[in-house]
Amino acid sequence: MSLPEFLKDLFESWPLLGSIPLWLYSLACILGLLFLFLFPFAGIAVYLERKIAGDIQARIGPNVVGPYGILQWIADALKLLLKEDIIPAAADKKLFILSPMLIFLGGAAAYAVIPFAENVILANLNIGIFYLIAVTSMVALGLILGGWASNNKWSLLGGMRAAAQIVSFEIPVALCILTAVLVTGTLDMTQIIKNQSPYSWNIFHNPFMFIAACVYYIAALAEANRTPFDIPEADSELVSGYNTEYSGMRFAIFFLIEYAECFVICAVATTLFLGGWYLPFIDISGLALGLRIPIEAMVFMTKAVCLLFVMMWIRWTLPRYRVDQLMKLCWEVLVPFSFACLLGTAFWMALFKGKGIPELIYSLLGWGS
Amino acid sequence: MYTQFATILIFLIIGVCMVPLILLVGKLLRPHNPDPKKLTTYECGEESVGSSWVQFNLRFYVIAILFLIFDVEVILMFPVGVTFRQWMTSQAGKGLLVFAEVALFIGILLIGFAYAWVKGDFEWIKTIRPQKKS
Repeated sequence: MSLPEFLKDLFESWPLLGSIPLWLYSLACILGLLFLFLFPFAGIAVYLERKIAGDIQARIGPNVVGPYGILQWIADALKLLLKEDIIPAAADKKLFILSPMLIFLGGAAAYAVIPFAENVILANLNIGIFYLIAVTSMVALGLILGGWASNNKWSLLGGMRAAAQIVSFEIPVALCILTAVLVTGTLDMTQIIKNQSPYSWNIFHNPFMFIAACVYYIAALAEANRTPFDIPEADSELVSGYNTEYSGMRFAIFFLIEYAECFVICAVATTLFLGGWYLPFIDISGLALGLRIPIEAMVFMTKAVCLLFVMMWIRWTLPRYRVDQLMKLCWEVLVPFSFACLLGTAFWMALFKGKGIPELIYSLLGWGS
Repeated sequence: MYTQFATILIFLIIGVCMVPLILLVGKLLRPHNPDPKKLTTYECGEESVGSSWVQFNLRFYVIAILFLIFDVEVILMFPVGVTFRQWMTSQAGKGLLVFAEVALFIGILLIGFAYAWVKGDFEWIKTIRPQKKS
């Protein structure tokens, strides 16, 4: 059940809320997701990134606005909102305006199928993960358009690099997602989690799944243009890459979606490999739904934020790749590895009739799964 | 199920409207002091020479074609991926046969992949190899 339907069921007997049509619930949920989760979360992720960067480089980081500088992201957003909107005279105006829209659409639409907890998912699509792959590739289109439309050499180079990189790394990402789909046998995000359990996360299903999870994480880092794979916006060579000519709120949208995408990656990794909202070895399915949902949401967010922290940690630890090294890494390391994972997992499934290592151990010990 | 797609449709409409809306809010707040110098192309303070809409060396042209082939392959594999588990758990003994079919499908693709690799299509810096004497 999706969040709008769940809320409608919940308020069915209430005098006023009960008569509201379903699509209004959907609208409210979407606006709530955007304004109460996506925007603040992306802002706080930026703050966290700067704070972690400070820690790693033995600095303090933002500490002026609010206690420990926690309100820094609001100040940044306000500052960007007050900046003058500049479209270069030489740029292709229509495409220049279209680019942030496409990026926002692609980055935000992925949030529709993220399962935060049971019933807390905006649209419970039967092709959830497939939809996610489809809409996030719209971001790549936006980056190429932005790079081309700016009519700036830095932007063009950045856009072209982004195109090559995202297109290449899409393949290991898609193959690793496919590997997880092989194990769970469904594309529905909620079902993918429900097919796992507190005792058997997908990542422990077989050795190949473990490798697939690692390959997914690395390739997804590159797909989101995160360091050490941030060659499209390599500051030291390309000024700022595809968003060199963007300023003010348009730039803010590029920035926002970069962080929004990072969370999507972590959430997908959590869903596919790390057991989604299940606690390790603690079964809470006996609890009442009202009590279970907050716990599940907290568990899911904890896992995703831990992965996000690793992402930031990597960013401030590793130096940047070179373009040719990047392409080599993708095509000569990650793609063969992801194919090996796919075939290996398929073979494991055929050999053990779909049972994973935890299930095999439990059946050996004589426990019911 | 169609209600779910209706939600997606509403989401996409809001997604399209959101950016112009944010910019509209910004328009009420931000200053507007146009100046021809502001609208020039940024090139680290230098006067930019010519347009950047030039013929561009698309190094990754072959990679783009390869991507297309691989992506179509992944799309074709998704339905298999969904039903694979059912085959493995329900029909005893058929598991390895189904696996062999999947392996054959991927194997054919991998031959092409190996060919592109040996041919050096994944090299970003193209080296001019010494010509073999015939």
